[in-house]
Amino acid sequence: MSQLTAGELDKVRSILGREPNETEVGIFTVMWSEHCSYKSSRIHLKKLPTKGDRVLVGPGENAGIIDIGGGWAIAFKIESHNHPSFIEPFQGAATGVGGILRDIFTMGARPIAVMDALRFGPLDDPAAGDRNRRILEGVVSGIAHYGNCFGVPTVGGECVFEPCYNGNPLVNVFALGVFRHDEIFYGRATGIGNPVIYVGAKTGRDGIHGASMASAEFTEESKQKRPNVQVGDPFMEKLLLEACLEAMRTGAIVGIQDMGAAGLTCSTCEMGSRAGTGVEIELALVPQRETGMTAHDMMLSESQERMLLVAEKGREDEVFAVFKKWGLDAVTIGRVTGDGMLRVRHNGAIAAEIPNRELADEAPLYDRPHNAAPHRTAPMQAPPFSSRDLNADLLALLGSPDLCSKRWIWQQYDYSVRTNTLAGPGADAAIVRIKETNTSVAMSLDGNARYCSLSPREGARLIVAECCRNLSTVGALPVAATNNLNFGNPERPEIMAQLVEAIEGLSEACRHFETPITGGNVSLYNETLGEAIWPTPVMGIVGLLPTAAPVTIPFKEEGRTVILLGGEGTCDETRFGGTQYAKVVLQTMWGLPPALDLDYEKRVQAAIREVVQAGIAESSHDVGEGGLAVALAECSLDGIGAAVQISGALRPELALFHEGPSRVIVSTAQPEAVEQIARKHGVTAPRIGVTIKERMRIGIHGGADNQAWIDMTAGEMRRPHESSLEEKLEAVHV
Amino acid sequence: MRFGVVVFPGSNCDHDAWFAVSQNLGQQAEFIWHDSHSVGHVDAVILPGGFSYGDYLRCGAIAKFSPVMTAVKKFAADGGLVAGFCNGFQILTECGLLPGALLRNRGLKFVCRPVTLRVETINTPFTAAASVGQTLTMPVAHGEGCYFADERTLDMLEAEDRVVVRYVDNPNGALRDIAGICNERRNVLGMMPHPERASDPLMGSTDGRVILESMVRSLVTA
Repeated sequence: MSQLTAGELDKVRSILGREPNETEVGIFTVMWSEHCSYKSSRIHLKKLPTKGDRVLVGPGENAGIIDIGGGWAIAFKIESHNHPSFIEPFQGAATGVGGILRDIFTMGARPIAVMDALRFGPLDDPAAGDRNRRILEGVVSGIAHYGNCFGVPTVGGECVFEPCYNGNPLVNVFALGVFRHDEIFYGRATGIGNPVIYVGAKTGRDGIHGASMASAEFTEESKQKRPNVQVGDPFMEKLLLEACLEAMRTGAIVGIQDMGAAGLTCSTCEMGSRAGTGVEIELALVPQRETGMTAHDMMLSESQERMLLVAEKGREDEVFAVFKKWGLDAVTIGRVTGDGMLRVRHNGAIAAEIPNRELADEAPLYDRPHNAAPHRTAPMQAPPFSSRDLNADLLALLGSPDLCSKRWIWQQYDYSVRTNTLAGPGADAAIVRIKETNTSVAMSLDGNARYCSLSPREGARLIVAECCRNLSTVGALPVAATNNLNFGNPERPEIMAQLVEAIEGLSEACRHFETPITGGNVSLYNETLGEAIWPTPVMGIVGLLPTAAPVTIPFKEEGRTVILLGGEGTCDETRFGGTQYAKVVLQTMWGLPPALDLDYEKRVQAAIREVVQAGIAESSHDVGEGGLAVALAECSLDGIGAAVQISGALRPELALFHEGPSRVIVSTAQPEAVEQIARKHGVTAPRIGVTIKERMRIGIHGGADNQAWIDMTAGEMRRPHESSLEEKLEAVHV
Repeated sequence: MRFGVVVFPGSNCDHDAWFAVSQNLGQQAEFIWHDSHSVGHVDAVILPGGFSYGDYLRCGAIAKFSPVMTAVKKFAADGGLVAGFCNGFQILTECGLLPGALLRNRGLKFVCRPVTLRVETINTPFTAAASVGQTLTMPVAHGEGCYFADERTLDMLEAEDRVVVRYVDNPNGALRDIAGICNERRNVLGMMPHPERASDPLMGSTDGRVILESMVRSLVTA
């Protein structure tokens, strides 16, 4: 568990002008933990672009807010719950969902979509496979339990397996909500004399010091920290949602914030700090479900499903009436003061007295040394390789853990509740309509630690490009982003260097694609017994498009022209080392991630958006991990395949499986119209084939059918793709 | 035509049912709060999906004690149309308006996916606009949807033509592939799949409309 350093303790003494008592030390420890204060990353996070025409609220609030037109807005954010999910997968993941949902509705928005980025150790790992399967099953059922009961659709996400997550799985949860501009609420304790009201679940001892646990490495003792993990109650959260939104409509609420990490401490001092006010509370008034709790226990408890709000003086009863209707506790526990202090009383006696601003915003900032090369172990040089059977390679890729269908996972999520999900799990980007408008929101989550471990900067740029391409592939214009930075111990310069390089890469790409980052989360110390995870930045990017039936991945009709918008791309052996082919078939990695031309990528995206919105694409799918052959196979799984011929400029392994970006597969009955749009954007758009029934064939121009590199039926490809995850999870159980 | 959609604490398909009836079908729809002692002036009642009262203890087990269910029972006894979808079906079995019970899915996991249903009878106000043998595609989304009843009850349901829809591809292990049943008087329907999620062309299927439209038609002709 992280503690205040000697230097930090000195700073506390100088702020207070005296020795802190035990409760105050606890309060500073959580507020100045890495998790709450971003003390190692903050100076670098300032490099990220955060402004844009559509940004209504940027970083610093509970979630970012974007204007979507017509007086409507969306709030969205991503957060990690990595450490708790390792210690107790079901509750850790469930409360991860609960926490991010509260961040959304505390701002006044109704949550309408959730997505998850998950990372686990390999399910067939000889040593850790059993545990990895148990963690995956626990995490998935935890997410399902919370999201399904709460009534928010889980519309997509990603799930990747690498040995570096054996001792450190990642659970990053993204949530998005919708509301009108005039329904936005802030976490500000304004109005001296206004009552401070506690609503929701009672406070217990659960989760004490969760935030500081999440700011330390895992050691052998971590398992004893199970009591630090909170327990979630999605039914309570659903009531809290409805009650909060209804109470907000009374007009009697002036500020509201959820009690997440660091619970009462964080909500009181942050609300006071943002408003420049003081907050005084009496802990004896806090609803409690255990007896004998100390001030320290109550201030640091992370009991779930609680909110703190400030109401207009004299209108408390309007607020209480709403919470009573929903059967929830709502109690005035204090008031807003003018002296800027967080004053905590317990049975009248002062238990803590700390200036809000210093506590919330003046955490020490560290410019940690990063003057080392980013940590990497892979060689630069490619090993000799040559495929013996390209068909077998493709089948191996289609059934590989990262590329196979994740249906076993997402079928456990209610992805269609609220009847807005136009495109759900398995699509390039999820699409959720906003019923009250003609606008839909597309969203994509993406990360690629394999690329980032080879080059954090280039990997980060590729992730942003991939997310924006996913959105463009369904016709959406990318407008804003949130990020979750999962890294190891920042006190090691070679890890800090990864973080800095990745942030700079994200920053460059987000500026280029005009997707400002409106908020996010940093999760450091993802190490177990000294072994760090690969650098794993995860992006969540949202886009806007007119509401209409979505253009989807599968080929629809025989005899259509297949166009590879953006062209075949190119790749040398060095830049082939981070591919799924290298991982799955060659079982190694080397070199660098695929090369990315940001400017060309942006033009390809503009072209595919125009093609999709013009209604001339019958199907559309971007080329991503696994390369062209895997992408074509994914288009063919429903039964209409394609006969494809490519140039033969690259050796077959590279031509079929390189992961160069800036490519989208389109099937169309109007190839000339697609070509015309491509020309307009200065993008190549070779016709690479035609759709045919039940088969996929890939060869080179002028080659005979029987010399094709790939020749397979849709059914042969479907089998490994559909069933391999399920087999890994179910077969081993007795 | 006026539909009432009951809202329990924890209902989360209430708005979807309201939207399907009012926006997709163009009928009137209103919400009925769980502590109401009357269903008001409505022509039909929908018990929506969700997790009423958190579904603690057992799905639907607490909802049966809510004041509104006394009113719903009286409404049904007076011949009013009552349709329970998903959690609504669970509540109807718990409070005895329909026989049997919904158990944990055979696969022990929540399952959300489109299923294919076969209409078994059109001799109900909920399927009057369909045809026997017609197949319907609509989503299921539940953890406890495995229909169970003793053999005698199952035989009786079949003998009395009260199995309304069956799964073609059973997602939960329901006995005799039962997806939905009606009561003896044929004015109360319970089914696990979600017709309200298949009533809008943008949602991929409009097969659910035949259930809701049958209700409208039988109310108009009644």
